Parts: sequence; C-alpha cells; structure tokens
Amino acid sequence: MTLLLALELGDADEETARAAEAAGFALVTLGDSPGGPGIEAGVRAAHLARRTSRIGLAPTLHVTTTEPFHLATQLASLDHASLGRAAWVVGADNTPAALATVGGVPLSDDELRREIADVITVARQLWDSWEDDAVIREVATGRFLDADRVHHVNFTGARFTVTGPLITPRPPQGHPVVLGADTLGVTELLDIALIAATDLDELVERTARARAHGVPLVFADLDFAVFESWRDRLDGVVDGVRLNAAGPTTQPPPGGSTLREALGLPRPANQFAGAR
Amino acid sequence: MLHLGLFFTGVGSQLVWTADDFASHTHIDTFVKTVKTLERGLFDAFFLGEGLRVRENRGRVYDLDVAGRPDAITELAALAAETTHIGLVATQNTTYNFPADLARRLASLDAISGGRAGWNVVTTDNAWTGENFRYGGWLPHDRRYERAGEFVAAAKELWAGHAVDRHTDLLAVKAPPTVPARPVIFQAGDSPGGRDLAARHADAVFSANTDFDKALAYAADLRSRLVAYGRRPDAVRILPGASVVLGDTPAEAAEKAVWIQREQINGPRAIAFLEQYWNKDLSGYDPDGPLPDIEPAEGELDPSRGTISIEHRTGKLERIAGWRKLGLSIRDLVIHVSPRHNAFVGTPGQIADEWARYDEAGAVDGFNLLPQLLPGTIEDVVDKLVPELQERGIYRTSYEGTTLRSHLGLP
Repeated sequence: MTLLLALELGDADEETARAAEAAGFALVTLGDSPGGPGIEAGVRAAHLARRTSRIGLAPTLHVTTTEPFHLATQLASLDHASLGRAAWVVGADNTPAALATVGGVPLSDDELRREIADVITVARQLWDSWEDDAVIREVATGRFLDADRVHHVNFTGARFTVTGPLITPRPPQGHPVVLGADTLGVTELLDIALIAATDLDELVERTARARAHGVPLVFADLDFAVFESWRDRLDGVVDGVRLNAAGPTTQPPPGGSTLREALGLPRPANQFAGAR
Repeated sequence: MLHLGLFFTGVGSQLVWTADDFASHTHIDTFVKTVKTLERGLFDAFFLGEGLRVRENRGRVYDLDVAGRPDAITELAALAAETTHIGLVATQNTTYNFPADLARRLASLDAISGGRAGWNVVTTDNAWTGENFRYGGWLPHDRRYERAGEFVAAAKELWAGHAVDRHTDLLAVKAPPTVPARPVIFQAGDSPGGRDLAARHADAVFSANTDFDKALAYAADLRSRLVAYGRRPDAVRILPGASVVLGDTPAEAAEKAVWIQREQINGPRAIAFLEQYWNKDLSGYDPDGPLPDIEPAEGELDPSRGTISIEHRTGKLERIAGWRKLGLSIRDLVIHVSPRHNAFVGTPGQIADEWARYDEAGAVDGFNLLPQLLPGTIEDVVDKLVPELQERGIYRTSYEGTTLRSHLGLP
C-alpha cells in the first residue's frame, strides 16, 4: 500500500503548496503559535483553498487561546471555501507566553488534557448542529430552514459551556479531518494521530498503542532524510508520513474529491440526526 | 465622488430567497461570483455581517429567513485569492473575541490581501449570544463601548509593531506585535457611545441615516465630534446602508419594490412578527385577516433573539393598542410598521440624479448596499446604475490604487 504524504509548510509560500499538490501529497499542515510573527494559519489556509484544487489544508489552531465556537466556525468555513479539503492540527500551546495573549495562565497536565478533549468534542458537536438537509427552501410554507434539523448542542465542559447551534451549515466533509500528536492524550478523539518517534521500534510501539485507542489513521512525523532511510520499513506500520520539508518524492495523487475521500476516511454520521 | 460597498448580511428578511434564480448565500461559488461582479463594478468594499447566535423565535430556531454564514475572516481570506482590488471588510465583535487573536487575524487578512482588509467594529452585551462563549454575558451594557475602545487601541498598537501589555478590568492582553498592517476601521453604532467610538477610532461609518435630511444632520453631528477629538472633520467616510430597486421605467421599479416587500413580509413572517409581541402561538390566524382577538402574554420583549428593533423593547401593550386602531390586516399592519429598508426605487437615471444631490450636499460619502435579490441586485447595480453614476462624474471609472485605504481616499 502506498503511504499517504503530508507536508508541514513552515514558512514556505503558495508555490510550495502547489508543488506538493502536484507531487501527490494528500495534505499540507500549517504550523502556528499564538501571537506568532507570521500570517495566522487559518487565514493562510483559507487563501490557499482558492489557489489549490485537490490538496488538504490543515492549519494549527490552539485550543488554549481561542473560543471553541470561533474555532469550529473557522474550520467549518475553511471546509466550505475549499469544497471539502479542511483539516485541523490540534494545537495546545500551554506556555505562559501563549496564555498571556488571552490574559490566562498555563493549565495543569490534567486540566490541559481535559481542555483539549472538551474543545475537540464540542467542535464535532457544533459541526453536527446543522443536519446536512437543514436548508429546505420550501416556498409553499415560507420555511427556509427545517428548525427540527438545527440543534442546540448544550455542551458543558470542565471550563466552558456552549449552547449552539453553529452559525455555519454543516461542512461538506461532515467534520474537517482532525489531526493531533499522540502525546496530547486524546488519541481516541482524532482522525489521524501524528507520532514523532526517534527510532523505528518506538514508532512501531506507539503506533500500536494509538491504534488500540481506535484512531483510524497514523502518520509518522519525519525529517525527509529519516523518511528516505526508513521508507521500505514503514509499509504496514503507519498509514502515512508528515515531512517537515519536501524532498524529491512524488506519487500519483490520492483519489476522491474531498480530503476524507483521499484518506479513505468515512464521512461522519451526524450525532444529532437520530434525536428527532 | 461616491464610494460603494455591498453589505452581505447573511441573515434576516432583507434577502428574498423565494426568487427562482436565488443563489445559495452560503455557497463559496456565490461568494466568488459576487465579489468578482462587484470588482467589475469598481466597488470599494465587500462587507460580511456577523451574528454569533442563530436567531430564534419563542425558543425555536427561526426558520423563515435565510440563515447560515461563514466565519468572516476565513471567507474573506479565500476571496482575497480570487480578487485583486476590492476591499474586504469583516464585521467582528469586541465582546466575544480576544484582542490579540482578533488583531492578528485581521492583520493577516490585510497582509495576505495586499492591504485590502477592513474591520467593522461591533459590540454585543446580551447574555443570550454569550451562551456560545467562554465569557458570556459578563460585560455590563454601558461598558461595552469602553471595552471596544480599549480593544481597538490595543489592536492598533499591535499592528503598528508594538508589543502590548495591558491589564484593566475590561481587558487583559500581553502579546507581541502582528505582521505590519493597517485595516480600515468601520463603525456602525448609532447611539452616542457608538458615535463617540467612531469619532475616536473609525476611518468610516456605516450609519443608518439614509434619508437626505437625516443624513445631513448625522454628517454634521459626526464631523463636530471628530473636531472635538482633534481630528479633521473629513477624516471619516460616511456610508449609510441603503437598498436599491431598479426598473427600466419608474412604474416597473415601483412594481418590483412592492413585490420585494410582499416577499419580505409574507404571511408566515407576518404571523411570526406578531408572535414576538404576543409571545403566543398565532399560527391559527389568517395573515390577511384582522389582528388576533386574544390578548398578548405579559412581559416585555427580548429583541436580541429576533428581528425587532431595540426601540421596541418597552411599551408593548400601548403599541398593540395603537395597532388595533389602524384596522389593517395582520400582513398589511406588519408591512406598515416595518422599516422601509431605506430603499431607493427608480430607473438607474433617477437614482443617479438623487445620489448626485447627496454627493453635492456632502450628506454622504457613498452607500453600503444591502441586496434583496441574489444575484439580481448586484448585477443590476453594476451593469445599470454604475454607468449612470460614471456619466454624472460621481463615480470612479477605474481603480487608482490597490488598497482599501486608497479607494476610500484615506491616509
């Protein structure tokens, strides 16, 4: 089986993203930090959405320094603007400098894990708060929406609550693809676990652990040089790799019109659809 | 010289979704087509509205109007990639955002679009919208403009390359500077607090004063406030919201305006409007029949949840008693009491003449147009009204610069 390829764009420009698309990469990730010096990752990804046509776009958004409602709206909007190519690298910058940007202080390890889980959980609920067929445009009754298909989520987390629904209709993919490091401690909530291991045995072991948590896909986080030396032994271990710089590698582009289809991930069922 | 913007609200009864050719107002293809048409029409800016909670009527999602909108900055960043000149203005709230985060996203939009970003600064104080946020309902009503002022001041420092370290009872932020940026600041509030915020911080205002006399009075008031804050009286562009209904003849335009209004206030909407006042189920009443014969429920209205203007927050029973005396049907009453949406109705030549009068008198610097038909209003204005304005010498014939500041003639 061919490995799926992802590229961390770093400071690289639009041409690099387009080259990655041409080289058969499934997605690019856009690293970022709160108060970072460059252009904010969500804005970059949205701009790239209209300058690329097949590749997935995964900005890093930090759960610690944002409103969960805005985060879910931004990612849903990226999915609409890219016609189903949005993804999210879960960021959890917990440094004093990051938290100071929002007038906060770092969380304890337990608090942080709970916060990450809460934000992912409410984001997925908000993406489901409009059913796919909520807009009915029924001229005879004057109803634009079917109010029974737009739901309050009434989420209560450890540190915040969100009533919902989202202001944005359900994303084309249902949910944007959610990526995160296995070290976040929320692997069971991810679509793709990113594993940065220093040797192959460690990668094998952590991959097995991530799969035991039920994550559908595992990507190894690798330098290009390491990727080249490990390449033949990654098959059957991980599903893909994320490279921190593109080297000369190319493969046929993955199929499908959305990122989920390209990754072989199913479109999530709506968790509120049965509630009627 | 008049400046034109298009205000894409995304919600409300203004936008008629029952037209046969209605283009989905949430689909990216509609947004792309809209901004490209506006850019062909040499518009200064495309505005996105904001509302951080889906509207409700009596505890249920309000189902009669268009609803659903994207995150404004995300959408505008995508549209920046599809356009080269038009300004891209995001309505963003100072109550339910973190200053450093929002300042950085706006700076990013400005940088990635080559200086075309704007920020329509709005405030909210209602706890109902706040239920979607970590810090919901915390801000007292009379202090929301105070926080907005501190918020905008912090953003401007970050954009100018300065770190900010500010801790007050309304705002706490310690952050490094953003990428260099100077988004154009718009302000829409019409209250004294809103006008003061505009006079201190805004580059342009999106006022509700479209009638000629009101527009003149507003311009005079704002310009005196500007002078009081040590700014030049012409430092701010005044762009009231307005609708346009065009026809090839005056009669055709008038007929179209009536059709639009009767679509905007159709039977179900007329009933829903009264239900907000009665706070009872009125679905059994005929919209073309007399007003409900039952008495309304006690208690005043909460206009933040629906579509009723803030002035109607009190005095409900007296208002209803007055309505009964008019002897109108439910639907005709609602049409009678609804705002006229400040519509200019006529042939392209008539409206261009009228706007030339506004321009001559200095009553406005332009208009921010609210579309009723998508794409009809936008195509009509660009293809029929813009050439008439150009012929009268009150509208540009090409973009001279590439930034929103340059379009608006701002330093």
